[in-house]
Amino acid sequence: MFNYFVQRLATIIPTLFFVSILIFGLQQLLPGDPAIILAGEDQDPNVIAYLRGKLHLDEPLPVRYVYWLGGVLQGDLGESLRIQKPVLELILEKLPVTIQLASMAIVIALAIGIPAGIVSAVKKDTAWDYAANIVALWGLSTPNFWLGIMLILLFSVQLGWLPASGYVSPAEDLGANLAAMIMPAFVLGNAIAAVLMRHTRSAMLQVMNADYVRTARAKGLVERVVILRHGLRNALTPVITLGALEFGTLLSGAVLTEQVFTIPGFGKLIIDAVFNRDYLVVQGVVMFTATTYIALNLVADMAYFLVNPRLRG
Amino acid sequence: MKSFRLWLLAAAAMLVATGAAPAQTLRIGLAEDPDILDPTLARTFVGRVVFASLCDKLFDLDENLNIVPQLATAYEWGGDKKSLLIKLRPGVLFHDGEKLDAVAVKYNLERHKTMPGSNRRGELSPVTNIEVVDPLTVKLDLAAPFAPLLAVLTDRSGMMVSPKAAEAAGDKFGAKPICSGPFKFVERVAQDRIVVERFADYWNKQDIHFDRIVYVPIPYATVRLANLRAGQLDFVERLAASDVPSVRSDNRLKLSKIVEIGYQGITINVAKSDLAKGNPLGRDARVREAFELSLDRDAIVQVVMEGEAQAGNQWVPPTSAFYSKNVPVPKRDVARAKALLREAGVTNPSFTLMTPTSSDAQKIAQVVQAMAKDAGIDVKIQATEFATSLNLADKGQFEAYILAWSGRADPDGNLQQFITCKGANNYSGFCTPEMDDLVNRSRTSLDPAERKKTYEQIAAIVGKERPLVYLYHRNWLWAYTSKLGGLRTVPDGMVRVQGLKLN
Repeated sequence: MFNYFVQRLATIIPTLFFVSILIFGLQQLLPGDPAIILAGEDQDPNVIAYLRGKLHLDEPLPVRYVYWLGGVLQGDLGESLRIQKPVLELILEKLPVTIQLASMAIVIALAIGIPAGIVSAVKKDTAWDYAANIVALWGLSTPNFWLGIMLILLFSVQLGWLPASGYVSPAEDLGANLAAMIMPAFVLGNAIAAVLMRHTRSAMLQVMNADYVRTARAKGLVERVVILRHGLRNALTPVITLGALEFGTLLSGAVLTEQVFTIPGFGKLIIDAVFNRDYLVVQGVVMFTATTYIALNLVADMAYFLVNPRLRG
Repeated sequence: MKSFRLWLLAAAAMLVATGAAPAQTLRIGLAEDPDILDPTLARTFVGRVVFASLCDKLFDLDENLNIVPQLATAYEWGGDKKSLLIKLRPGVLFHDGEKLDAVAVKYNLERHKTMPGSNRRGELSPVTNIEVVDPLTVKLDLAAPFAPLLAVLTDRSGMMVSPKAAEAAGDKFGAKPICSGPFKFVERVAQDRIVVERFADYWNKQDIHFDRIVYVPIPYATVRLANLRAGQLDFVERLAASDVPSVRSDNRLKLSKIVEIGYQGITINVAKSDLAKGNPLGRDARVREAFELSLDRDAIVQVVMEGEAQAGNQWVPPTSAFYSKNVPVPKRDVARAKALLREAGVTNPSFTLMTPTSSDAQKIAQVVQAMAKDAGIDVKIQATEFATSLNLADKGQFEAYILAWSGRADPDGNLQQFITCKGANNYSGFCTPEMDDLVNRSRTSLDPAERKKTYEQIAAIVGKERPLVYLYHRNWLWAYTSKLGGLRTVPDGMVRVQGLKLN
């Protein structure tokens, strides 16, 4: 176990190193001098020179990389030049928001997608199937941006049931927090639900024709038990993998949805930073996300190792 | 029972005694998230909107752009116009309880002038020395007379922060600004909100009717308006022109507008780089004239801004006292444009118009392209992300560039840096000793009539050489709940909180 852990850890260090070079390198490909955009409207040459100095822009690329990496290794991701706040603080401020939004969205997606997929498979070629397919097609083809604005107009402006945008911390007021998050979570979940529904449907169709399902039926089990216990369980594996992938994508930020609902999450943080050329924020956020992914992967590998005796050799 | 009644009476008496006004919060929707909240380092327009409640300035502007007192009560120019004596308001405190006096003003002006990264250094460069005359009087010595100085002091250069807090926080001051405005800083969550609360010791507290202000950045104008209509905001700045009819038709909302002090225009590379010589537009003023004559500014205003702007051809709007009437907005004249091209010996000229990706700029580019085509000028649109476009402009890698300027109270702030040889924003590359001399003259004269005459000469040259083709001046569009009263519309686009109240 220990050896395995050490082995995995040994592969992580070069991976992270490579990732850091990639993040730093790609960032340099962004056109536009960050000092010029950060200097604002006035374009005062003194300010531009000062910012260039602060960002080490006049130094060679490898030197700048070492400056940055040196900070990262000490846990210092630098500071946002635009609002003068440490990048790590910004990340920790936005992370819970994004985790909550992603979790709510995935729950909504599962709650809609899986039952709809089952119904559509079990009632294949009936009105139920067509209806579920139409809903899925709608979910897939509706742009998040448009759906978000429509929901705001209906539930906030017309009915006045939900806040139009903004974020309230759950620690401050849980009810207000859920009210603020439900619409963006639905917008995100809706699109994923459609994908999950399609996958559940095709997996269920395949499974329901399998021999063991026929056997289960022959045993005289009620159809509900056949579908849920023998069909769904086996059909769920690819769906869960897909759901997990979608969840991962949501965690790196849902830019448009966060913009429409003014949810201060990861997506909004990074997109604003890119447009304002707030380099250290972009680098910090991407580095943080990459590290988290790699760390989660390690945890998953360790879990496999513990669960699957064959891996232990 | 009796004791309960007594208790009720006591409670009622307490309510009366404390005024019993419910805590009122004003919620303002901003178009962007501001940058650093340090007046010395701040660089954005939207930051100034927030400063309006946090940091008082030595002087302020009124609705007609007159300079009026704020932290200063009076001023007097020295005999040679090379010094300015400023009298300060007595009894003003900073949010940390420190006194605002002449020493504090000197500290602030010196901070603006010397702090690394200061964005105020350029504006205050003519100030050579700051002297404390007495606790409520400061004297600013200037290298030469400088007419825009008072206007400069109505903006961030005139904002005073607590010296004690500034010393303690260093370059982190913007994280928790301490000024002397009607509201003090409470918290900021990046991209989410900025909260300020009433400052009990504000010198003009009788004009403040809110306990808190929450600034909420919401980039999409439509979403900003939806929040207002849903009752989550009380006020939104920079409404989209296309949303004006929907605000007008809603009797719960009100609309205010005022012509900005800035402009929208097209900068032409006339000498910034070799590209200028390679293109007839940059090379020949007659081609630029032909291009301008192909444009119908009123139609541009209609199509791009749905009529919510004023067509213009100078760095100040035609409503300004400094607008030069000797150079009126030219009417569209396609025949004359074609004749000019023939005269210049240019057939089917073509140039690339670099355009930031904002929807206004894109629309301008498309309308301009269609109009210029009628005169036989081929405009190729090059949509470029804003940061990249600024960089290309700075390097002179463009032929023409659509660029807006948010404007400054004194006309000099809209002119000097764009049109003089060493101007920081001189993307056109236009540079003549005559222009530098005229601009310098307009800055050093304190007589408005004399300045106006100089501006007429400048307008004549700019109108002939056309390093910049000014198009229009947008309306600041504000939408707010009809319960909100006391709003002042000052052309600088700042939301002044003094006098604002919910009825």
